[in-house]
Amino acid sequence: MILSQLPALQVTLPLIAAPLCLLVRSGRAAWGIALFASAASFAVAVLLLSRVLDQGTLSYEFGGWAAPWGIEYRVDIVNVFVLFVVTAITTVVLFFANDSVRKEVDASRQSLFYTVWLLCLTGLVGLVMTGDAFNLFVFLEISSLSSYVLIAFGKDRRALTASYQYLVMGTIGATFVLIGVGLLYMMTGTLNMADLADRLPAVMATRTVRAALAFLVVGISLKLALFPLHLWLPNAYAFAPSAVTAFLAATATKVAFYVLLRFLFTVFGVTFAFEAMPLGIILAVLGAAAILSTSAVAIFQDDIKRMLAYSSVAQIGYMVLGLSMASVAGLTASILHLFNHALMKGGLFLALGCMAYRLGSVRLGALAGAGYRMPWTMGAFLVGGLSLIGIPLTAGFLSKWYLVQAALGQGWWPVLVVVIVGSLLAVVYVWRVVEMAYLRRPNDSDASAVREAPLSLLLPTWFLIGANLYFGIHTRLSVGIAGKAAAVLMGQSQ
Amino acid sequence: MIELPPFVIFYGAAIMVALLPHRLGQVILLATPLAGGLVLLGMTADAALQWNIMNLVLEPLRVDRLSLLFGYLFHIAAFLGVVFSLHLRDRLQSSASLLYAGSALGAVFAGDLLTLFFFWEILALTSAFLIFARKTERARRAGIRYLFIQVVSGGLLLAGTLMLYRESGSLAFNHIGLGTFASGLIFLAFGIKCAFPLLHNWLTDAYPEATVTGTVFLSAFTTKVAVYALARGFAGTEALVYIGAVMTCFPIFYAVIENDLRRVLAYSMINQIGFMVVGVGLGTALAVNGAIAHAFNEVIFKGLLMMSMGAVLYRTGKMNGSDLGGLYKSMPITTTLCIVGAASISAFPLFSGFVSKSMVMVAVLDEGHPVVWLALLFASAGVFHHAGIKIPFFAFFAHDSGIRTPEPPLNMLIAMSIAAILCVFIGSYPWLLYSLLPFEVNYVPFDRSHVLAQFQLLVFSAAAFAWLKISGIYPPELHATNIDVEWFYRRLAPRAVQRVGRLVSSTGDAAARALRGGNKALMRSVFRHYGPEGTLARTWPTGSMVLWVAVLLAASLVLYYL
Repeated sequence: MILSQLPALQVTLPLIAAPLCLLVRSGRAAWGIALFASAASFAVAVLLLSRVLDQGTLSYEFGGWAAPWGIEYRVDIVNVFVLFVVTAITTVVLFFANDSVRKEVDASRQSLFYTVWLLCLTGLVGLVMTGDAFNLFVFLEISSLSSYVLIAFGKDRRALTASYQYLVMGTIGATFVLIGVGLLYMMTGTLNMADLADRLPAVMATRTVRAALAFLVVGISLKLALFPLHLWLPNAYAFAPSAVTAFLAATATKVAFYVLLRFLFTVFGVTFAFEAMPLGIILAVLGAAAILSTSAVAIFQDDIKRMLAYSSVAQIGYMVLGLSMASVAGLTASILHLFNHALMKGGLFLALGCMAYRLGSVRLGALAGAGYRMPWTMGAFLVGGLSLIGIPLTAGFLSKWYLVQAALGQGWWPVLVVVIVGSLLAVVYVWRVVEMAYLRRPNDSDASAVREAPLSLLLPTWFLIGANLYFGIHTRLSVGIAGKAAAVLMGQSQ
Repeated sequence: MIELPPFVIFYGAAIMVALLPHRLGQVILLATPLAGGLVLLGMTADAALQWNIMNLVLEPLRVDRLSLLFGYLFHIAAFLGVVFSLHLRDRLQSSASLLYAGSALGAVFAGDLLTLFFFWEILALTSAFLIFARKTERARRAGIRYLFIQVVSGGLLLAGTLMLYRESGSLAFNHIGLGTFASGLIFLAFGIKCAFPLLHNWLTDAYPEATVTGTVFLSAFTTKVAVYALARGFAGTEALVYIGAVMTCFPIFYAVIENDLRRVLAYSMINQIGFMVVGVGLGTALAVNGAIAHAFNEVIFKGLLMMSMGAVLYRTGKMNGSDLGGLYKSMPITTTLCIVGAASISAFPLFSGFVSKSMVMVAVLDEGHPVVWLALLFASAGVFHHAGIKIPFFAFFAHDSGIRTPEPPLNMLIAMSIAAILCVFIGSYPWLLYSLLPFEVNYVPFDRSHVLAQFQLLVFSAAAFAWLKISGIYPPELHATNIDVEWFYRRLAPRAVQRVGRLVSSTGDAAARALRGGNKALMRSVFRHYGPEGTLARTWPTGSMVLWVAVLLAASLVLYYL
């Protein structure tokens, strides 16, 4: 039955398509293959989602080797939702990539570009699917290594140093994860996550397990770009090609967040991570600091891409803040924001890609008067910005609404202040762009030749921006699934 | 029965105006308030529209007598504003005006706090464009300050709403009343938009910097939405009586020494809103009726005055009392219309201000607040002084500045004439307005005591102005910027300290220097940490990044082992 093989297909589709891209050598054909592969994996993700909603958690044993010895893929409502987000985003961004990449990457290297893209997708999807801690490390490395390469494709030579720094930091993070997994293996003799969760309570009180928690949390936080471990992120995002930034910003940190959720809630369990260990307060403080500090930094940035990169770090702060509450309501808000942030940042970075395509630069000064010459692009940016701020009827509002309700529910008043101040700071940095685009005259006369971005770029951009509006009004899918996922993580049955 | 929220019409029209050719746009501009008004006339005081989204019950349309009256008012104001600005060829401004008016309508018909918040923010954003549209650096800066304060007000409203929702589980916007922290936040949010004392400076700072036509729109909507919100949420809150009394009095001093005539009107607007706030604070049927009726009248006569000053600014390019004068020779119609507005704001019997302001005054006495009554009496005299006499006197009479300009364009004259006719009509036949008020009206405006008292007040006030002017005591109109509390944030305190310091002693001077230095150091420090090359923003060497990892790991380990 093909349907029972879906979990395997999800990972193998992009993995097999990747070398195909390399073989065809033509950028266009490679793009076609990449698009087909990711659209197919999106279809698989949708099928999986509907099956999980119908039948509950699915388990798949690779090669017929039963867990805990073989590698098990476990698909429950939490990871299937993340899968859905990742595969949807990569498909939409690939539509955008065709024209954008042709402008930003040498023709000779385009097939290579799509190969690496698909490898990165494989890594991300595998990270989400796997139920095996060591297998997770392998996929983490696949996705990381390929994302270093993707970033290095940037036109600006500084992309190389940015990618190199990310490589060093990412490797440290991955090593920490490996150390953490190793320590857990040492104590329990198993690598299967479900099995680990069964066996860990017996050895909870040991220092080894505590050290494992520390290594895992710090390692994953590096990949997640949790403040103050976010320092690699702004440059990596700023100098990568436009499509890559949109892809990574909307998926890579989300997947890292999922991994953190999985380890803390499924493997270690809420009681250990948040009651025996002071993890809640640590993460809450770091999350709040991320929101306030990096939003303030974003205000002063001249490079809009960097500005949005800092804003991404702040948004990760919101997710971590929700997680740190260790409650169903808080997790619902976090997972909802994971989804919504993928939509808004994806949309915003694509809008930036449109600007880069026509203006050649995304520095603030280059945008003077762009609102009149590129009305659809700037309109997309504006709506995405409103969602980022959290205006009602946009997706961003919902995440903040649920986050604040969750915080007030357990009496965490300061969170309300942090969220409101964070939103006000977001108003300021979005406003700088709006003011420049709509209220300033263009600097030079030759810029009048600038036209609206082509439809092939605008359609995917507006697709994501439209999703921001759609999911700002219709909450059944997003809030419904986020709520169910939170309940599963907190150990309440569906 | 048409249950179409009025803002939909305005928003739709705004999009069309932005996209369609100029001529067609003008037709749409004119048609919008008329069409909206027709739809509104078809609504009864119980129409409502509920919308279940985001797992919440929202009410984008809730009609009762209170919101209906504001609905009528805003349609009239929008129509006047549109006619007055018909000569414009600026799509951004035209469509921002419609969006602005539509948001005000959205806010007064909002049945829940979340919808109110939404329109509250859109109101702030769209109105800021009317200030930016002046396209001067000064206007840009004033606009940014304005926008910032308005957005903060929205933030407070949202915070209060969230907490209230947590407490009561309902978003419905009904009577809130002070008492909890959440309601305090909402009160503060309303207070900022309503220009409470010390929170008022955005108004006098930004309104005079807006475009000729923008100020006309601005003066109609933002503060009146706040008055509406107070009347709905905080009627009968005693603190409002005193806040309102202060609001009626303090702007008078500023208005008297101010040179920019539109800024004088901005101050007098705070003074007029003070009367409404007092009425809302008393909370009795008569007082609330008076407050609402006064809001209705104020929009029209303040609009008329703003339009006449706008017409002067449009023709002469000058707005300072010291640069104008003698314009009655070449702008007789504008002068006459301005005087009608001045008579209305001064509450001359048979002009509109009289029939509503006296309701509040009587209610104050009925409720036993003699001190507040005296304050309002003083304020009434002051209004006549700075708005009733000063505005027409310095603009159209006084010393002849030698400026000779034609009358403003026809559309401006028409808009002003309509407003003037409304002022006189409501002033002479107030019963139509009374019948629309939220509570039943038993008040008789034209009895002997009201009329006599008001005449005495006006005559003596006029005599005082004449005597002061002749004896040379009246403060001359100078090119000066008058200090008001906005300087606390515009010059961030040190300047104020410096001024006081210079008066007190040289030690004060040193303190001012120290404070200014401290302030600069603070900004420097913010920039050092957050600026483009700041500690938190610059590209870090890989080694330092790794150091952070080590620090975090060590800290986690220590905390876990403890």
